[in-house]
Formats: sequence, structure tokens, C-alpha cells
Amino acid sequence: MPPMTSKASLEGRQDDGTSVPSLVQQLPEGNLVTTQVDAVLGWARKYSIFQYPFVTACCGMEYMSAAASHYDMDRFGAGFPRFSPRQADLLMVVGTVSHKIAPVLRRIYDQMASPKWVIAFGVCTCTGGFYDDYSTVQGIDTILPVDVYIPGCPPRPEMVLHGLSLLQEKIQRQGRRGR
Amino acid sequence: MRFETRTVASAQAFDTLRQLKTGDYNVLIDLTAVDYFLYGKCPEPVGWEQNFPSGACGIGSPAGAGRTDFLAAGAPGPRAHRYEVVYRLASLDPATGLEIKPRLELRVPYSEGSVLLSVMSLWPNADWLEREVWDMFGIKFADRPDIKRLLLYEEFVGHPLRKDYPVKKRQPLIGPKSGELLGSPSFNVVRQETPFE
Repeated sequence: MPPMTSKASLEGRQDDGTSVPSLVQQLPEGNLVTTQVDAVLGWARKYSIFQYPFVTACCGMEYMSAAASHYDMDRFGAGFPRFSPRQADLLMVVGTVSHKIAPVLRRIYDQMASPKWVIAFGVCTCTGGFYDDYSTVQGIDTILPVDVYIPGCPPRPEMVLHGLSLLQEKIQRQGRRGR
Repeated sequence: MRFETRTVASAQAFDTLRQLKTGDYNVLIDLTAVDYFLYGKCPEPVGWEQNFPSGACGIGSPAGAGRTDFLAAGAPGPRAHRYEVVYRLASLDPATGLEIKPRLELRVPYSEGSVLLSVMSLWPNADWLEREVWDMFGIKFADRPDIKRLLLYEEFVGHPLRKDYPVKKRQPLIGPKSGELLGSPSFNVVRQETPFE
């Protein structure tokens, strides 16, 4: 897991050396500017993720494990769950989502202020998992956009933290264009 | 624990249950139903018949030789009543918490159109159990208020635990009916507009 093993990310420092040049390279030709402001904004956002845990099922145990002191999501700046969607910028959908609760989930997503991101935590949220039946949403990406998929039944905390660091990379890349 | 099993017609079900209630069966453990839609009938040919021996349906192949547990000759035919409502009863001594009598399972054959009285007046916890049976099987109990869906949503059409409910049928409340992705892939590419907004 490269994002986790790099010394810079483990110590919480920003790896300016890699992120800023890559941002410049991804700009289409004709646009000039390199965006130091974007880099700073991305850096600030990626290390201050306020998460909203939408926990519906057994994956919640694994979420607690990843969030609590043993694996300690706080090391990556995501240690402060907000139980109001208006104060959160990361929606972690943890556990099976049924058709009955799908409108609630969508409403919570709509209540979050931009910029916002979504993690599908566990295989049930990614694809429906083995609940291929009348009651289960076959992947929450049918009802809202998803940034990072963390499959697994349940995913181990290492996978969760890997997914979180992938999201941090993405946030860094987005800069001010983040949604 | 082993259940003693009795079968009673739907017309006599309520009286029988009332007598059982007065006869020490004070706890309704469970109330559920079984759909015997395909019981004893030949299944639609779907490709796995060769796993079963030649039997009442005249299907099968030597590959399934030796198996007699499914549709073998002499297997029971289709049932007269499609459903069976199952009541499971126990008798608990309120003072000690011990069971006085062996548990009892009462089976009530039921067809659509016949009347089955609610047992809410005998065991109040039958309320949600009867609503669940209505929700999943569409078996309606008479003489009780407010029978509506318990687990599924009001917009749901049909009763999913019926054997003729299509396995692949989906009834989402929001999102595309076909279940395709809602724009997710587009969020995984860097947007092409200018960074100055």
C-alpha cells in the first residue's frame, strides 16, 4: 500500500515534491498556471476530513475498529465523525443499503455541503454483495456518486485506511475544483 | 426443542388457538407461513434436472442415480391448499419461567379466498407477526385493524416470499429502474474546466 508506507504520509507531512508537479502535468494544454493555492487547499482538505458514518449493518463493527485507537483513523486526519451531514464532508456508507432506506441516504448526501466525497465501505454498498434480492440496492452508485470503493465482507482496517489514503490523494488532486 | 405438530382447518383455527391459549399455551413464539406453490410439481426445466433421478416428472439421467429425495416416484403430489400458516406455541410458568408443556406447532392450510381470523386478541405480539406474513406472503388476516406492510415500503407491489415472485425483480424507490450507475465514473477523472471558477 504505497500511500500508507510512504514516510511523508505516515508522519502527516505533505509531500509537496510529488503532488504539485503531478497536478501541473494533468492540466490540459493551453491552461497555464501552476496552482500553489490549489495544492494548499487540497492539503488542508485531505488532512481534515470530517466523516459522516452512515452505518446500517455489520460493517459498522469494522468501521469502529478502523476508527478506534488500535488502527486510529485520526492519524490520517479523519478522526472526528460528525453526526450531522451539514458539518461533514465525507459520507462513509457502511453496510447494506435497502431500497427502503435509499431515499434517506440520498437525502443525507444532498444535505452535505460541497466539497463532499463518498466512500462505499464493504461489498454490500459497492455492489449489493450476496444480497442479490428484492430488498437490497445493488450498489449505492446507482443512487449517488461514489469516490472510493472499499470491497470486502467486511474489509479489514488496513483496507479502510488504504481507501482513505486513496481518497486523500484524490482530494489533493482536485484542489479548488473539488465538488 | 422438538415441536408436537398438529394440523387444523382454517375455519377452526381461531377456536382451536383460543382453547390452546386457555389451556396454558400463553406464549406465541412465532407466526409464519410456507408457500407450497411448487411443492410436488415438476419444476420448469432450467438445466439442473440431470442431477435428479427419473421420477414422477420423467426427468433425470443416470448422473442422478441413487438420489431419491427429490421428486422420486411416490413423492407427495401438489397440495390442495397453496399456503400453510404456522403457529408455534409454548407454555411458560410466569412464576418460574419454566415450560409446563411441550411446545406445540399448529399448521393451518390456507388458500387465497378463505378466511383466517387474527389472533391479536389472544396474543398481542401477533400484531407485527401477522403484518409480516401479510407483507411477505400476502396472507390477509380478518378481524383485526391496520393490516399494512411492516418491513417493506408502501410502494412495493407484490409479496416477495411467494414462490412465484420473480427472483430478479427489483422495485427501487429512487435511482434508475435498470440499476445502472449514476455518474460515478465521471467523478474519477479530473474535470477539464479551468481551475479559476
